Amino acid sequence: MKFTLSWLKEHIDTTASLGEIRDALTMLGLEVEGITNPAETLKGFVVGYVVEAVQHPNADRLRVCKVDTGSGVVQVVCGAPNARTGMKGVFAPPGSYIPGTDLHLKVGKIRGEESNGMLCSSRELQLGDDHSGIIDLPAETKTGIPAAEALGLDDAVIEIKVTPNRGDCLGVHGIARDLAAAGLGTLKPAKADKIKGTYQSPIKWTHGYEPKPDSICPIVVGRHFRGVKNGPSPDWLQRRLKAIGLRPISILVDITNLVTFDLNRPLHVFDAKKLAGDLVMRQAKDGETVLALDGKTYELDSSMAVIADSRGVHGIGGIMGGEDTGVRDDTTEVFLEVAYFDPIRTATSGRKLGVQSDARYRFERGIDPQSVWWGAEVAARLILELCGGETSEIVSSGVMPAWQRSYDLRADRVKGLTGIDVPAAETASILKKLGFEVSGNGPWAAAVPSWRPDIIGEADLVEEVTRVHGFDNIPTTSLPRLSATSRPVRDPMQRRVPQARRALASRGLNEAVTWSFLPFKKAERFGGGQADLRLLNSIDATLDTMRPSVLPNLIDAASRNEARGLSDPALFEVGPQYKDATPTGHRMVAAGVRHNMAVPRNWAGPSRTVDAFDAKADALAVLAAIGAPDNLSAQGGGAPDWYHPGRSGALKLGDRVMAYFGELHPAIVAEADLKGPVAAFEVFLDAPPLPKAKATKARPKLVVSAFQPVERDFAFLVDTAVEADKMVRAARNADRVLITAARVFDLYAGKGVPEGKKSLAIAVTLQPVERTLTDAEIEAVCDKIVAAVVKATGAALRG
Amino acid sequence: MDDLSTIRSAALEAVQAAADLGALEAARVAVLGKKGSVTGLMKTLGGMAPDERKAFGARVNELKGEIETALETRKGTLSASALEAKLAAEKIDVSLPTRPEAQGTLHPIGQVMDELGAIFGEMGFTWADGPDIEDDWHNFTALNIPPDHPARQMQDTFYLPKRADGTPMVLRTHTSPVQARTMLNKDVQKMLADGGSLRIIVPGRTFRIDNDATHTPMFHQVEGLVIDRTTHMGHLKGCLVDFCRAFFEVDDLPLRFRPSYFPFTEPSAEVDIGCSWKGGELKIGAGDSWLEILGSGMVHPNVIRNCGLDPAVYQGFAFGMGIDRIAMLKYGIPDLRSFFDSDLRWLRHYGFSALEGVGR
Repeated sequence: MKFTLSWLKEHIDTTASLGEIRDALTMLGLEVEGITNPAETLKGFVVGYVVEAVQHPNADRLRVCKVDTGSGVVQVVCGAPNARTGMKGVFAPPGSYIPGTDLHLKVGKIRGEESNGMLCSSRELQLGDDHSGIIDLPAETKTGIPAAEALGLDDAVIEIKVTPNRGDCLGVHGIARDLAAAGLGTLKPAKADKIKGTYQSPIKWTHGYEPKPDSICPIVVGRHFRGVKNGPSPDWLQRRLKAIGLRPISILVDITNLVTFDLNRPLHVFDAKKLAGDLVMRQAKDGETVLALDGKTYELDSSMAVIADSRGVHGIGGIMGGEDTGVRDDTTEVFLEVAYFDPIRTATSGRKLGVQSDARYRFERGIDPQSVWWGAEVAARLILELCGGETSEIVSSGVMPAWQRSYDLRADRVKGLTGIDVPAAETASILKKLGFEVSGNGPWAAAVPSWRPDIIGEADLVEEVTRVHGFDNIPTTSLPRLSATSRPVRDPMQRRVPQARRALASRGLNEAVTWSFLPFKKAERFGGGQADLRLLNSIDATLDTMRPSVLPNLIDAASRNEARGLSDPALFEVGPQYKDATPTGHRMVAAGVRHNMAVPRNWAGPSRTVDAFDAKADALAVLAAIGAPDNLSAQGGGAPDWYHPGRSGALKLGDRVMAYFGELHPAIVAEADLKGPVAAFEVFLDAPPLPKAKATKARPKLVVSAFQPVERDFAFLVDTAVEADKMVRAARNADRVLITAARVFDLYAGKGVPEGKKSLAIAVTLQPVERTLTDAEIEAVCDKIVAAVVKATGAALRG
Repeated sequence: MDDLSTIRSAALEAVQAAADLGALEAARVAVLGKKGSVTGLMKTLGGMAPDERKAFGARVNELKGEIETALETRKGTLSASALEAKLAAEKIDVSLPTRPEAQGTLHPIGQVMDELGAIFGEMGFTWADGPDIEDDWHNFTALNIPPDHPARQMQDTFYLPKRADGTPMVLRTHTSPVQARTMLNKDVQKMLADGGSLRIIVPGRTFRIDNDATHTPMFHQVEGLVIDRTTHMGHLKGCLVDFCRAFFEVDDLPLRFRPSYFPFTEPSAEVDIGCSWKGGELKIGAGDSWLEILGSGMVHPNVIRNCGLDPAVYQGFAFGMGIDRIAMLKYGIPDLRSFFDSDLRWLRHYGFSALEGVGR
């Protein structure tokens, strides 16, 4: 919402400076977005009097002028056809910046004649399109005064952001009311004296439905004018509209715009001669069309209100008038429409039609219902003043919307809700200045003014009092402590997110954050794409489905990096994946991808590409960091089909999957346009059970044996298909008392090992408990180990 | 006599002359070995008269001791230089790089979430989560945003197919639905009824249909909510002043509370922090400009009522802040879109070490 300082001062008597007004507006909740003053670009430009204009001796089209600038007479060469002796124009001295031509003026000679400045056209000053000649100011203009003053441009333009609840401040009067309430001056009453009609309106209003207080248009008022003379508006009106970015059209149209921005009262004027009979406010018929004032034809439906006569539709209610019945410069008879339209349905119609207009903007925020009456008076006064003629009595149809209501404000409520002690007298005075009718001395009963549809309860009254009294007065009170020491902010399950993040970052991966959505095709490929997870209104097809896995977006990120020449990306993300639209249909996953080289070329050893064991190590690191039990089994197969079927697996606790890991399926790698293998993992952060809540944090007692552990190595020949984990577990469990660890230390297949077999070597640690083991005892345990492994895996001990 | 001193000087000379441990051993054998010169002297003792033997024996022993000491000393010297030579031969070029080890990084969003958690945790808040896919009641209706409110229109909100019961489903447009989910929780209601105070923060993903230079369809917010019987706007101000000063690490950071409008709060305030722009560079702290960073207010009575609590008894405040935005401000990150691009150069430059903040 834009307005000028002088316009504001028509509504408020104030001595406040522009700076004070700016600060007050912002602190009232009418945030100032900018203040500009056209006078600033015209600084230095003055009114010049052309003492003499004579033909240039060397150029037919130029004149040599002696210009009195108020501080001396200078010679100026001028090319304008209208330059003449005795005229007053806008003089730009040397050094001035001419905005229209983007030039800095210099003293110079034009065809041999010295020129010390310039007389300017409207276009050169960017005040208009006119370049047919220089600006011709009225003869009575004082020589030497600033040009901005002479042109009436010395007026700051203020732009404020009006929140959707404050429709009343979409008119300058409403803004002035807030400022007056805040103590910046005295509000001047709006000029809405009753204008008596001199005849009965030949056009009447009717409703096409039974108007009720909550109808789409409950009430509409009208007035007929005759003998009016339309045409360009007077300067002051044109200037005012131009200052806020509106284009002057004609007096009648300009008046409707003026009242819209001055009093937040949208109006429409019809050329009465183009109307056929009475006007009706009715629902549109489905498929009915109207050519609107913006030159576009709109197809309407029955949810919208229209203004029609016996011939057809001439306006879309609350949004825009029709082109065919609009006023022209030769219009002499006018019919004025002053209506109230329901905010919600106006917004809905406007959205459906895709039309934005100053009227719609105001109706959908809620205007003053009472303005149908005073709006007709204000408009009549202006039309009669500026266009002459006479006006009819007011005609109307419908009933007033229900706006009258009152709320109680408890005496201690402002303090209780805001912490500010506002004196009782001030509380009442603020509300009164805002237009509330207040009774009582605290508690108060406050009747809401018709122009404040946003006030709907006591809390709103508190806000009104507080914002006018000043938010700066709110005390700064630190929250009292709930306990002497603070509890952990995250619960143990929530803590897994930072634990996983730090574990992966410390393993050299870079954390990324990627979209929660991805293309439908990808979702399908990664096990998703359910109908309930497809967006109905996605921005584009690349972001239309909720991701079933975090991996696809990370794979994309890896290939983007490779495409930029950033090689060997290792990326992870800890974020949600979605399986359905229920509140429990998402789970937190720590996922990562490593592409191509695990160990790059280096002087100290061989390079190596990534493989499933890099991914397994990442997954195990996350599981360890989030406190998963350490007796997980690693099994091949069972990972989803975006992994390489032979080079992937699951980490499980019993039957429960904690994580998947492995190389990505070559087809996925190829689709992502990546060269070289990709290792990937997905750890489900909610999968490991939370440790049981215990009464104590104390750990079980550490039992340290006094006897040296013994390590024994075994090499087995076993079928290639047998998983090492199975062998290790068998060995580990061969004696639950003595065996504390078993690990693979060698794997061999090839020469010396039969086809279809592999040699697996494991080291088993025995920890004596009560005494040093005898050779015979060790031998006995070793036999048990071999027996257990043979039984579990069909292996044979190598000789 | 002469014999003894000749042997002595020859032996000591040989010890001193030994250039390495092998030569020294040869010298030792020549003197003290089975056929050594001193050993030879010892052998002559047996043929001497007791008196003579005693006197001569003492002198031979003394000589033997002297030579042994010389041998030990020489051995020490030679061992030291042998070690020195060995170490010199073992010299490596330590200016070579270490074996390759990638440096991982943490994303600024998670980093800022951790910082938020630490600061609000100190003020007695706990972390609350909620689903990204919400029904429209939790996302809108409960929060006093009626069905016809512009915020619900398709141009702002991502919609998913309706639930089987006809409920419209959306991607949450803010973290505020977790306010409703928390207040509706029976345990929370009991805690409040027992006189407790609810303090939660809700950091998380949020979604709006916006995709241009300064907007992304997904972004991050943190919601704050305090509900009890006495918390007022002064506490809101105190809480946010305390937070902003701690977060931006500016002790005297000025804050400005401006009246504003949100459907779910009344009164509502937008909060600006002080800043200055010198040479186009933003500096956060007392200055001549203000920077809007969050929206806040006292929870609207309708919201409290919608969440099953009595607004005549309970009140409190709520705020919502853009995590990406405060990350940009604090860490001087210029472009929002780059947060979600996963460019390694960006992740390494703006990212944080795996141990950032540990021990603070």
